Amino acid sequence: MSPTTPLIKTFTIDGKPVSATEDETILDVARQNGIDIPTLCNLEGLTPTGQCRLCMVEIGGTNRMVPSCVAKPDEGMEIVTDSERLLKYRRMIVELLFSERNHICAVCVTNGHCELQAMAQRLGVDHIRYGYLHPRFRLDGSHPRYEVDHNRCILCGRCVRVCDEIEGAHTRDLRNRGIKTLVITDFDGRWGESATCTNCGKCVHVCPTGALAEKGKSVAEMAKQRHFLPYLVMRRKGLKK
Amino acid sequence: MLITNRKIAPPADDKRWKIVDVTMRKQGYSPTALIETLHTIQESFGHVSGEALEYVANSLNVPPSKVFGVATFYNLFNMIPLGEHVISLCTGTACYVKGAGEVVEFMREEYGLEMGQTTPDGKLSFVVARCVGACGLAPVMILDGKVVGRLSPDQMKTRIREWMSHDE
Repeated sequence: MSPTTPLIKTFTIDGKPVSATEDETILDVARQNGIDIPTLCNLEGLTPTGQCRLCMVEIGGTNRMVPSCVAKPDEGMEIVTDSERLLKYRRMIVELLFSERNHICAVCVTNGHCELQAMAQRLGVDHIRYGYLHPRFRLDGSHPRYEVDHNRCILCGRCVRVCDEIEGAHTRDLRNRGIKTLVITDFDGRWGESATCTNCGKCVHVCPTGALAEKGKSVAEMAKQRHFLPYLVMRRKGLKK
Repeated sequence: MLITNRKIAPPADDKRWKIVDVTMRKQGYSPTALIETLHTIQESFGHVSGEALEYVANSLNVPPSKVFGVATFYNLFNMIPLGEHVISLCTGTACYVKGAGEVVEFMREEYGLEMGQTTPDGKLSFVVARCVGACGLAPVMILDGKVVGRLSPDQMKTRIREWMSHDE
C-alpha cells in the first residue's frame, strides 16, 4: 500500500455497516449514512470543538462515551447513537442550557428558527427540572446593524470560530470561565466601538439562538442564513469548483 | 490595533515595562509568548491593567479579544490591583465539600469581604479560585502564595487570624 492510499476503516453505527477514511470523524460518517446525531456547537465549515456534548455516542464493549464530532472511529467499532442513556444525558444537557440563562422563546427574535428550541422539541424536553438562574446580562446595541443579548447565549463558540477561522478578524472570544463565561468583543468593549470588527455579520448568522440578531427584528423574525459558510470555506481554501 | 514589526513604545516611562519587553524579546515577539508575558506583567505590576493588555496585544500581534480571554481565564492574573496581603480560597468541588463555604462566611463576618473584594485600607484581598488543582489537599487556601491545605474549616479560621496578626 502506498503511503498516499487512504486507510479505510469499517465499523457499525446503530448496527449499520459503514466505512470511514482516515480523517473522517464518527459524526461525518453518520451524516453520510443518514444517521442524524444531534449537535449544537458543531457547524459545517467550522472546526469542531466537542463542547456542547450533545453528539456523545457510545462505543460497544466499553462504558465510555465519546463526542462524535471530534472522535475518529476505529476498525470494528460498534457505535450506538441513540441508547436510553444517551437520550437521558442529551435531555439533561438541553435542560441545563435552558436553566442557565434566559430562554423564553415567546419573546425571542429567533422563536421558530432557533436551534436550541428545535433541539428541545426533538429530544422531548417539555419541562426543566433545574432552577432557572436568570442572570441579568446587559444588552449591547452599540453596533449600527446588530445586537447581542448574552441572556440568550449558550456559549457554543460558533461566533468566535467563524470570526477567527473564516473572517480572520478574531473580534470575539470568551472571557472568564465556568458560570462567568461571556462572549466578548475586543477588550470586552462595546461592539459598535470595535477596532477589529468588519461588520460582516457572519457571527449573527451562525449563532444558533437569538443571542446575536439583526437590529429591527421583532419576535420570531430573525431567521438565520448559513448557506454561505461551506461556500466561503471552499473559496477561501482556494478550492474553486 | 497596529500591525507592525517595529517595536511599540511602552504605555509609560516606567522601568517595569523594560522587564516585560525582555520577556517578549526572549520569545522573539511570538504570539505564543502571551501567557509568559502576562505572567511578567502580573509579577512586575501586581495586576494586569487594560493598558498592559493593549500593549501586549499590539506587541505580539495577538487579537485583543484573545488577550482579554486568556487574562481572565486564569486565576493567576487579576485585572484590578490587589491588597498588600492576599488570601486565595479554593471553592472547587472537593474544597467546597470539605467546608470552603464556611470560610467564605467567615471572611464576610470577620473582615467584611465578599469574594473578590479588598479591604478599604488596601491591606487584605479575598479572592477565590475554582479549583487550584490540588484536590488531595482539600480544603485549600493560599495565604500570600503559601499553600495551606488539609485543615478543618475551624482550623482554617484560626490560621487566617494568626496570619493576619503577624503583620501588625
